[in-house]
Amino acid sequence: MNTPEYDLVIIGAGPAGMSAATTASSHGLKVAILDEQTAPGGQIYRSISSPAIADESILGADYYHGRALLSAMRYAGVDYFPSSSVWTVSSELFISFSREGKSSKIQAKKLLIATGAQERPVPFLGWTLPGVMTCGAAQILLKSSGLTPAGPLVLAGSGPLLLLIAAQLNRAGVEIEAILDTTPKGRYLKSIRHLPGALRNLPLLLKGLGLLTELKRAGIRYINNAEQLKALPDDTGLLTKLQYKTDESTETLNCKTLLVHQGVVPNVQLTRALQLEHQWDELQQCWKPTLDSWGESSQTGIFVAGDSSGIAGARAAEYMGELTAQRIAQQLDKLSQETLLLQTAKTGRLLQQQQAIRPFLDAMYQPADEFLKPSDETLVCRCEEVTAGQIRSMVAQGCTGPNQTKAFSRAGMGPCQGRLCGLTVAQIIADERQVPVSEVGYYQIRTPIKPLTIGELADLAE
Amino acid sequence: MPNALPFERLPTNNAEWVTVYIEGQPVKVRQGDSAAAAVLAAGLQPSRTTVVSGSGRTPYCLMGVCFECLLQIDGVENVQGCMTPAREGMQIMSQKQARQLNDSNPSTLKPDDLKNSHIKKEGTVV
Ligand code: FES
Repeated sequence: MNTPEYDLVIIGAGPAGMSAATTASSHGLKVAILDEQTAPGGQIYRSISSPAIADESILGADYYHGRALLSAMRYAGVDYFPSSSVWTVSSELFISFSREGKSSKIQAKKLLIATGAQERPVPFLGWTLPGVMTCGAAQILLKSSGLTPAGPLVLAGSGPLLLLIAAQLNRAGVEIEAILDTTPKGRYLKSIRHLPGALRNLPLLLKGLGLLTELKRAGIRYINNAEQLKALPDDTGLLTKLQYKTDESTETLNCKTLLVHQGVVPNVQLTRALQLEHQWDELQQCWKPTLDSWGESSQTGIFVAGDSSGIAGARAAEYMGELTAQRIAQQLDKLSQETLLLQTAKTGRLLQQQQAIRPFLDAMYQPADEFLKPSDETLVCRCEEVTAGQIRSMVAQGCTGPNQTKAFSRAGMGPCQGRLCGLTVAQIIADERQVPVSEVGYYQIRTPIKPLTIGELADLAE
Repeated sequence: MPNALPFERLPTNNAEWVTVYIEGQPVKVRQGDSAAAAVLAAGLQPSRTTVVSGSGRTPYCLMGVCFECLLQIDGVENVQGCMTPAREGMQIMSQKQARQLNDSNPSTLKPDDLKNSHIKKEGTVV
């Protein structure tokens, strides 16, 4: 059987993937997009081809901006493969993926990884209880199903998405008991020196302030400097209360749904599995692939754009996708170096403007230590149920990195393959050893990055 | 049996509605809902129990990251519910003590199995 060939294969159909696809095909490149989701949009524009909610004011105009990206991509005539999980890529850029239980393979001249972000794991006591979920999850339920969480509802965490989802739920008429802001004291001072950069993106800054005002006006209880979160179960094991501390006292709120959020981090599962070079981002407290200014990784021909290259948001992702696609077209001789520089100057400036606000946001919303290096009793690996204390005692016994603690405790060995414990485990080890996280490293991720069935493997063997 | 407070549905754009069976009970869900969303809409909590301690879990991220949404769907164990669209007649059951995907469940494989599989040795996988 002949393997279909493409000039450019893009993994992920969020803002970076969609805009890259559109730009690349405008240069006459043959483009395929492999998307894990059932429809384009990524997480930020999830279900944008058929939004569930009738009232468009609930999610707001930023969400529906995705329609423009989607129609441009459709018009460009890109081969779009939905529900396709990539599980390995060879050094010759043969890409193996499974779709509806069947495995297939395509070949690319250039590969663009645009797999976006995942929410940062938020370990605290009781975070595994039924009823606790991420703010991102609640937003996905809104976008693709029009479902709103069961009350009483509490939101807890830090960062712009916390405020956004609170405002969206409030617009939808959902009652919110309280918002617990876990941003530690002193962050305003710390972030203030980055304010000049932030002012370069005034609209975004004002949007954030606008959300705060909207929530205050709605009369929602807003609790600052909340610490030591503890979710408590009822006698059937379901979430029933949330305990927290403030300066003055320890308080308890009734809640059946708790939405948590501590920012997002690049989804590095695939870039790790492909053994691209990564670096530790101290301000964002996460790993990201090491890239040149056009997004090309340590492996020639493999590019990364959008939030999977470092968190910068949806608009930045859109611009990065375009710039990277232009560069790829130039490498494939569709345009000259001069034309490349000319054609990318404006988008480059727009991208810089988007990126200028990041240091301010990152300094302001860096998670509190209790979420980065949780207390001993807190589960860090949800799959294998390993606590922070177990990791610490393994370090005391001589484990120096996540792959060793994995071998001894199984932390990182469950179905999520470390997606929800990798950062925490590395940070605990670094903290115990008093060394930088970059020295401790990350799990060795092996392919397939998604569990495969024997049937899917057999397809390929044929 | 659905037992917890269900998630509520806002007025939605027109779409087909399909009937799925959650622990045997018929539930109408919107086309475009995932199996995990269906479980939340029906109020089934927990939707799985862990293999280590048997503690209850429900879908956590809904974007394919956490694997807390493992369900038994149409008789197949350990299906990632948030990545599986609801379909007419789908039988959804909570996943009890989900085994490791590579233990004693011949239908799924993980990296360690692949490493040892003959298919890899024949060089057709990578
Ligand atoms: S809910 Fe997290 S993977 Fe499905």
